[in-house]
Amino acid sequence: MDKKSVLERTRGRLDRIGDPALKAITFAAAALAVTVLGLIAFELVRGSRLAFHRFGLGFVTSQTWDAIHNQFGALSLIFGTAVTSILAIAIATPLAIAIALFLTELAPKPVRALLGALVEMLAAIPSVILGLWGILVLGPFVQNQLEPFLNSTLGFLPFFRGPHSGTGILTAILILTIMVVPIVASVTRELFATVPPELREGALALGATRWEMVRGVLLPAARPGIFAAVALGFGRAVGEAMAVLMVIGSQIGIHLSLFAHSDTLAARIAGQYNGSSTNLQTSSLVYLATILLVISLAVNIGAQLLIKPIDRRPRRRRIALDRAFEAQGLSAD
Amino acid sequence: MEAIKTKIEVTEKERLPVVSEREAVFEARDLAVYYGDQRAIDGVNLDIYQRLITAIIGPSGCGKSTFLRTLNRMNDLVPAARLTGQLRYRGIDLYGPGVDAVEVRRRVGMVFQKPNPFHSSIYDNVAYGLRILGMKKDLDERVEKALRAAALWDEVKDRLKDSALGLSGGQQQRLCIARAIAVEPEVVLFDEPASALDPISTSAIEDLMHELKRDYTLVIVTHNMQQAARVADMTAFFGLDVSPDGNRQGVLVEYDETEKIFTNPSDKRTEGYVTGRFG
Ligand SMILES: Nc1ncnc2c1ncn2[C@@H]1O[C@H](COP(=O)(O)OP(=O)(O)OP(=O)(O)O)[C@@H](O)[C@H]1O
Ligand SMILES: [Mg+2]
Repeated sequence: MDKKSVLERTRGRLDRIGDPALKAITFAAAALAVTVLGLIAFELVRGSRLAFHRFGLGFVTSQTWDAIHNQFGALSLIFGTAVTSILAIAIATPLAIAIALFLTELAPKPVRALLGALVEMLAAIPSVILGLWGILVLGPFVQNQLEPFLNSTLGFLPFFRGPHSGTGILTAILILTIMVVPIVASVTRELFATVPPELREGALALGATRWEMVRGVLLPAARPGIFAAVALGFGRAVGEAMAVLMVIGSQIGIHLSLFAHSDTLAARIAGQYNGSSTNLQTSSLVYLATILLVISLAVNIGAQLLIKPIDRRPRRRRIALDRAFEAQGLSAD
Repeated sequence: MEAIKTKIEVTEKERLPVVSEREAVFEARDLAVYYGDQRAIDGVNLDIYQRLITAIIGPSGCGKSTFLRTLNRMNDLVPAARLTGQLRYRGIDLYGPGVDAVEVRRRVGMVFQKPNPFHSSIYDNVAYGLRILGMKKDLDERVEKALRAAALWDEVKDRLKDSALGLSGGQQQRLCIARAIAVEPEVVLFDEPASALDPISTSAIEDLMHELKRDYTLVIVTHNMQQAARVADMTAFFGLDVSPDGNRQGVLVEYDETEKIFTNPSDKRTEGYVTGRFG
């Protein structure tokens, strides 16, 4: 038999369209994502040019936001964004991990499915509905119960002083926490579920209790992923506009008290863009958007760096090998 | 019988203590384990002796792992698992009231089929058990001792802080053995510890078991007949039995000195299995 004929292409060219097509489609999709990001960034920079010319980088460090006197600055909004999202993620993370642990390790099987579905559903609630609930239910609770309680127990701290109010930083933090918990919890739950059962058994077989197994084996194995989940939730909190706008009180100013009214970058943009009276104000709002985008991207990149810590092992091993060779009077190469 | 003898080589071992001098660590009496309604093993009567290596062999699904996991109460983790009969550990009813499974596992360590190092450094893998059990004094010495006992020290002493996941499969398995013996258990159970390893790592593990025998009581489940013949002093052969109600369960067919099991078994089923003629 002729050897060559066996290896020759037998199918028509059209049969092979799949590979190049797949390549082209995936490339186009990747290129599209980059292009969209580029276009958005370009548009933001263009839109904020006016404000940038007027205020320069000082915009970032100025507290004022005064439409009547045409003075705009982002500092108090950056502060509001940072305080609400950092505190929200700080409260949400342990809660979310606890929920994920309960769902994967402790709850009986039927409860797992039901509760898991409920948590996912919480993530599906539109933020405007959460905001509405914040106004109708959470706000009054914060004003009449939570703030008086915090004031009477922790009132020696400046964070828990001042007039009680249903709208303000505290309510915004709680609303953001409710939004972020299901996101972090569901991602973390997936992470725990992918930790191989042999690892758990390995720990338990050493005489570890369940909690020791969780702390010593499960959490470390899932740690990089948990960072990613937290970053995801944090990004969500930083960017949330509608629910925050509805409960935060929309006021400029930097206050230590969590009971105070405040505002965030995203909420300010959403709240003022349509009612903006001058070109400079509109441009300042776009400037805010640019800052918001930079913060979001920085969080994202930071998270990716945390997840993939630079692996130094190969280098160290190389050095060890070199040393071993040297010891035997050999050269490594 | 001559044919069997040549087929499986039984290595020379030190003389076994005579029956009357052996001390039983585990005594199983009419032991049965159920998963839900299904009986996995039934009517097992078996003594496991101190400082000997006991091998458990038998066809797949005959309940070898099930039996092994009752010895350190790992089967407690399977919600549907249930046990009847009696299992005594040094005279104490292992499943009696007031016996804490966590305490049992501390004394009866286990090495699994697939190497399962934790996602941490080599050092921390070995130190993990010591830390949770509060054996924090002389931690470094204890870690070194365990790694030496597992014949791994020379290979890892310069990279104790490196991730355990960077070790080869055979090294990982020896690390798991080091981890198990670091907490100074009395018994170590092995469930097919070498089935995922190459022949050289396998032989390293087997040599290691011979070493460990001086201080520990070892029980090994294996599919590898040569391995059982090489390492074990005593061998238990489990077979599959179909009861009148249609349940397929594992039963202990024969239990004796390894040499006897492989050269002169008293049960036809054992003979068929060890010579490769199943059934
Ligand atoms: N967690 C479990 N839940 C339900 N049934 C189980 C469970 N573990 C084992 N079984 C059943 O118990 C019987 C014995 O299983 P076991 O794993 O003990 O066998 P084995 O002898 O170790 O097999 P192999 O040699 O394949 O490892 C099998 O029928 C198996 O399906
Ligand atoms: Mg098994």
